Amino acid sequence: MKKLLVFSFLWCCVCALAEAPSTVAIRNAKVVTVSGQVYAKGTVVIKNGLIEAVGDNVTVPPDAWIVEGEGMTVYPGLIDALSTVGMPGAGNANAGGRGRGAAAQAAPAAQAAPAARSWGPEDRPQTSSWLLAADELQAGDKRVETVRGGGITTAVTYPTRGIFGGQGSVIDLVSGEKPAEMVLVPSVGQYIAMGAGRGFGGGGGGFPSSLMGIISYVRQLYLDANHYKLVKDAYAKDPRGMKRPEYDRALEGLMASQRFLLPANQTIEIDRMLRFGAELKTISPVPQSMVLYGARDAYEPEAVEMLKKANVPVLVSIHWPAPPARSADGDDSNETLRTLIEREKAPSAPAALQKAGVKFALYSDGAESPREFQRAVKKAIDAGLSRDEALRALTLSPAEIYGISDRVGSIDAGKIANLVVTKGEIFDDRTQVVMVFVDGKKYVPEPPAAGGRGGPATDEPGAGGNQ
Amino acid sequence: MKKLILGTLLALAPICAETIVIQNATVMTEGSKGIFKGSVVVKDGKISEVGEKVMVPAGATVIDAGGEYLIPGIIDCHSHIAGSGGINEGSVSVSSMVNIKDIINPDDIAIYRALAGGVTTANILHGSANSIGGQTLPLKMRWGKSAEELVFAGATPGIKFALGENPKRSGNPQGGRGAIGAIQLGRYPATRMGVEDVIREAFNDAKAYKAEWDAYDAKVAKGEHPIAPRTDLKLQALKEVLENKRYVHVHCYRADEILMMIRAADDNGFHVRTFQHVLEGYKVAKEIAEHGAGASTFSDWWAYKIEAIDAIPFNAAIMTKKGVVVSLNSDDAELMRHLNTEAGKAMKYGGMSETEALAMVTINPAKQLGIDKTVGSIEVGKDADLVLYDGFPMSDFAKVQKVWIDGTQYFDREKAISQQATKEAEKQQLMDKEKAAQRPMSNRRPNQ
Repeated sequence: MKKLLVFSFLWCCVCALAEAPSTVAIRNAKVVTVSGQVYAKGTVVIKNGLIEAVGDNVTVPPDAWIVEGEGMTVYPGLIDALSTVGMPGAGNANAGGRGRGAAAQAAPAAQAAPAARSWGPEDRPQTSSWLLAADELQAGDKRVETVRGGGITTAVTYPTRGIFGGQGSVIDLVSGEKPAEMVLVPSVGQYIAMGAGRGFGGGGGGFPSSLMGIISYVRQLYLDANHYKLVKDAYAKDPRGMKRPEYDRALEGLMASQRFLLPANQTIEIDRMLRFGAELKTISPVPQSMVLYGARDAYEPEAVEMLKKANVPVLVSIHWPAPPARSADGDDSNETLRTLIEREKAPSAPAALQKAGVKFALYSDGAESPREFQRAVKKAIDAGLSRDEALRALTLSPAEIYGISDRVGSIDAGKIANLVVTKGEIFDDRTQVVMVFVDGKKYVPEPPAAGGRGGPATDEPGAGGNQ
Repeated sequence: MKKLILGTLLALAPICAETIVIQNATVMTEGSKGIFKGSVVVKDGKISEVGEKVMVPAGATVIDAGGEYLIPGIIDCHSHIAGSGGINEGSVSVSSMVNIKDIINPDDIAIYRALAGGVTTANILHGSANSIGGQTLPLKMRWGKSAEELVFAGATPGIKFALGENPKRSGNPQGGRGAIGAIQLGRYPATRMGVEDVIREAFNDAKAYKAEWDAYDAKVAKGEHPIAPRTDLKLQALKEVLENKRYVHVHCYRADEILMMIRAADDNGFHVRTFQHVLEGYKVAKEIAEHGAGASTFSDWWAYKIEAIDAIPFNAAIMTKKGVVVSLNSDDAELMRHLNTEAGKAMKYGGMSETEALAMVTINPAKQLGIDKTVGSIEVGKDADLVLYDGFPMSDFAKVQKVWIDGTQYFDREKAISQQATKEAEKQQLMDKEKAAQRPMSNRRPNQ
């Protein structure tokens, strides 16, 4: 064991640079495949970035680099189902519209110029539906390494600025020169946000300035896309005598999206967005599926019931609501009972969804430093989510929601070699991520500084401190 | 459905009963039976019998009103409650593309408080920042139900127009970021002339839009397959106005702009359903009556802005005498809770009878909203939207005891009061729990 630590230390010294021998075998480790079996003493063979074999009776190829997995557990690489990692100017993720830090609001390079005042839907306000995360990726983003330290190997990352932010891409969190190496699937869906008022800098007071304005704009853009396709198809069939349809990148971007993500935290928002999403699906000129994100109040039985009935997958933010900074006497009597209950119950939403059999995945929503991430997931587990389901909600479930379970999300032969190797059970307080494989490349995360408290202040009574 | 009870202050599960008999009540029907002492029978959400003596059906829940007053549920023709994310899309001078229906917030505590003031139906309007504002609709105050379940089924939707200071001031943002004293024209219009122009121009566009769709529909009817025109949500709403499928509710104050609006409507072939606020309506009551519009005004508010300078508390009574259907509205979540006393003021100012006065918050707004066939009075066949007061309902001292909508009880004063303590205790418990979890943090570094 000591030897291994020294080994790890050496890895750190080379700044967690990836080593990519063509064949690696992790043997004698506990292997949690997620798709099926758990092998108490299993072996995983990685070859050319793919999983070659997994099981308890696997022949280790003679040319393989051996990782002695004794005392360690191998999990599929975790998938952050909604992220902004790698996006220029995204800072600490702001997905979900209530992330941390003003950096999240910074303009992506592609949109640096201030938007002109919008006078209506025809000005396509706060729209960059054509942006493709894969095209915007910054390989040098420091967050790639940070996120990977918590065991996240894959992220579905989105341009999130404005109402129609753009199309998300599935990326593998490899550190490399070329962003293209990261891309698994270039376009998986359109990110739609409805943050009326606050933080909506674009447009200088222009349209839309209210939630109903945003909703009507989204509806109009879908209606326009519908009409655009009608006219384009007719023109393609016979252009003679017909005015050519004007190219509209906002509509092209919308039509290139195979699904759309709608924000919904409160139960009334879940109700509102389920109905609105169903309407958009009927207007859309191309087949699209719907995903909701946020789901803070999905602990309420009514919310769960609606989601179950609608059969719509949900991405649950693990950025749980926190109490506001209190005055010295702790007087918070202005808070409503609803707010207090929401704070108490929000982490139990995943458990409620699990119980009802609603398809859901978890996403970091800014809680992406390894310590924060681990803690946030643990909160859901403490609130009743089974460990297996927590793992599934960060592996196979997001893969299924995005239709990529044939390549990631579980440890199966033929899939991409994205793995997390831990000491201790994943999501436990003291669990250490020993190494991470992304596309078969091995990364050893930097351990938290000795004696220091990684991440922000703890919420455990008596933890840390200097009494 | 016991929706959203959890976490809602003062929430009460609606109590449903198949058949209810409210006995021994002083019933102010606002209908053909006038005021009488007797009973009202409710069956399957509808009023099934009204009379001095009624047969109590087997299995009915009997409520003894003890001589207290029973009135039809109060209807507020102008409210802005129960919306999420703003009720003004003030960025543009024509915002008819937006719809209050998209942002109904059934969790708004103002719904419950309106109920506590005897309101059972409210016309939820877009704000008055634009010459032509957003699409609107009446809701029933079914507290605890989902957004869709609040919608007044079968009611004709509306649209808000606004004249005068609000739409023109919106073009002139105050406290601008530019040079001091400089007039910043945020958007057109900045004058009353401009407001009229915006409305007329919008209807020019709407008529062209309608013609385009009518031509398309005609071709389709002939079996042709033309390419459909583009759907424009902004013009679509105005097309519906031209087709008499959407009511126009016009925010206005001055007599001149009221006449302007009537001319603009006549010229463009549409109809104003109600003039809202209409504080100078008494000056042009004859013209309003001739146009067939209703007037929804305030009781005795005036001089809170320049264009309200010529308001008089006799406005409602004078317009009524000139043949206008008049209602009194709240325009405000607080005023909404005592529309009964607003109506009472008309008995002092203008000498209205108690029936006439109460009509201004019950049957008259129902007529204005085109829902008087189902609500607004206590008559057989109508929705059982009922309010029980512990005294003469237009007195300052009268308190709402019970409220029913469609025969389902949504408010009970006694229960509301008793529930308060439980909810407060629950709140305290949660706050204490959070504080206990935080304490070790704050104590971690003593004396530093």
